Amino acid sequence: MESIIRQNTIALELPDFRNLGTILRIVLAVNVLTAVAALVREPQLALWAAQWLDMSAAVEPHLIFQLAVLYAIAPWLARQSPPTGALVIAALTVAVGIAVQALISSQIPRPPFALLRHLLFALGVAGVLVAYFALRAKALSPAIAESRLQALQARIRPHFLFNSINAVLSLIRSDPKQAETALVDMADLFRVLMRDNRELVPLTDEIELCRQYLALEKLRLTDRLNVEWHLNSMPGDALVPPLVLQPLLENAVYHGIEPSSAPGVVSINIFYKGGEVHAILRNPYQAVGGRHHAGNKMALANIRERLKLHFDAEGSLESRVRDAIYEVHIRMPYRSTKAAARAKTAAATDERGRASRDVAAPGTPARAEGPALANGHPGTPHG
Amino acid sequence: MADAPLRVLIVDDEAPARRRLRELLDDCTGALPLVVVGEAASGREALDLLHTVSADLVLTDIKMPEMGGLELARHVLKLPQPPVVIFTTAHDEHALQAFEVNAVDYLMKPVRVQRLLAALEKVPRLKPVAGTKLDQLPGSARRFLSVTERSRVVLVPVEEIVYLKAELKYITIRTAQREYLLEESLTKLEEEFAQRLVRVHRNCLVARDFIRGFERRVGDGGDAHWEVLLKDVPETLPVSRRQQSIVREIGRESQ
Repeated sequence: MESIIRQNTIALELPDFRNLGTILRIVLAVNVLTAVAALVREPQLALWAAQWLDMSAAVEPHLIFQLAVLYAIAPWLARQSPPTGALVIAALTVAVGIAVQALISSQIPRPPFALLRHLLFALGVAGVLVAYFALRAKALSPAIAESRLQALQARIRPHFLFNSINAVLSLIRSDPKQAETALVDMADLFRVLMRDNRELVPLTDEIELCRQYLALEKLRLTDRLNVEWHLNSMPGDALVPPLVLQPLLENAVYHGIEPSSAPGVVSINIFYKGGEVHAILRNPYQAVGGRHHAGNKMALANIRERLKLHFDAEGSLESRVRDAIYEVHIRMPYRSTKAAARAKTAAATDERGRASRDVAAPGTPARAEGPALANGHPGTPHG
Repeated sequence: MADAPLRVLIVDDEAPARRRLRELLDDCTGALPLVVVGEAASGREALDLLHTVSADLVLTDIKMPEMGGLELARHVLKLPQPPVVIFTTAHDEHALQAFEVNAVDYLMKPVRVQRLLAALEKVPRLKPVAGTKLDQLPGSARRFLSVTERSRVVLVPVEEIVYLKAELKYITIRTAQREYLLEESLTKLEEEFAQRLVRVHRNCLVARDFIRGFERRVGDGGDAHWEVLLKDVPETLPVSRRQQSIVREIGRESQ
């Protein structure tokens, strides 16, 4: 599954076993539980560490082996219903337990009932973890709904809305064609802003949205706003949280371009590297006024939160100022459009793509090669 | 005089917004004789322009680079014949509230032609927006102090000020290059620029950035006091007994 959270809250929900956050949580939980079990078994504190080590000899191989199998079957497992998945995990736990015990007992003599105790302990831990992940998913789904609301509210500054309407009004008499284009761009932009933004979307969609947004800003800021796109190694089919880039561009324009009367450059660099999608946004840093931060921080926190909800530890957002350039760096795991998802979104993407091609705004750079690479092989780094 | 067309200056950093206002003003000419005397992309540009053309009304955006509309309104007051200023703004809830409270005129963008016409008709009866009113508005912090010299408004960037010294009726502004005479209250200036300026004496504010150090001096009578040493200017300034604590405070910061 693309996300550890699905739209409907089902009682039982399995995590994505390829997610780094999930794996870390499992490793940590198993080791802590082992340490506690060792404490229960060994009344003498001095001998506790030795007991723990002893138990680890059986626990760690089991843990590593089972995680490897889960990693391998994760895509298949995600397609099963959660109860089936839970049964598969239980069966797997027993199977791996027997295999590990067989392996160990050929090396070291084992006390009686070692296998039974091992299996019971392992099943118990697996049960606790499955319950934990189900609860966690449940706890996070209202947060997703909440963040959607936040996204809606924090997204477009009223300032932008009214200034854009004003810019369109100024075009109606002198350049009605351009006014039309601008209004259609605005319609597209607001359509995205107002839809349900919980599901991941293809990166190309987000880029299209950014282009429409920047075309509108270009309309009112004219020569002051210059945009550089570096999308040659962008995996267009990567799935990303909707509105992950547009708010950052809005910040770049608001804080980096508007406060200065001199022309400035906003650059967008998106590329694939080592199984991850990186997006680096840069804009001139305007220190004047000292009011740089409140709004900007809110947008960054909002995006950071959504990255965490969708990708857990595998997504991150960092920002810094270097040589009078403000830079935001987003890192996301590469997840391509799956066949099912592709069928579902194809219609929508098609329609949107056609609409925007008809109205490609003047001043917008020609569509870059990025989307053309959309179906590049996931494992091959581009460029 | 009643028949002379109303002279309007348009100030906005966005070209489409200026074009839109011009179109609307054109629409108003039938109902009211008026002429657009110029366009400027910032408060600073507008002020320069106002030295060569006179205007009865300045229609200005609030948020602009270099100098915003609120600061422009303060500086035009120094002109021999200050124009009326009406603000145009797209959205800023907090500012608008303050505008209402202080009865400062503004137009919401996008501007409605009827609303613009109503505002224009009022202009001959309006007085320039008073500085005390502008003080009440948020975001009106100045980036420049303005002084009048031979009926021109000269702008002194706040970051160039080394110190301000009150002398009789005037305040002397000292920059690295020269001195200017300003007619304002030192106490108000102290409040407005508390971040940047520090009081060292009853009659003197010094920019923290320009303090090089302090020196102990013994006078003829044997009583000792501190003197502020400054960057870029040779003279030193006495620290009064009451303000002595700043010597330690700033000395510590600079270490």
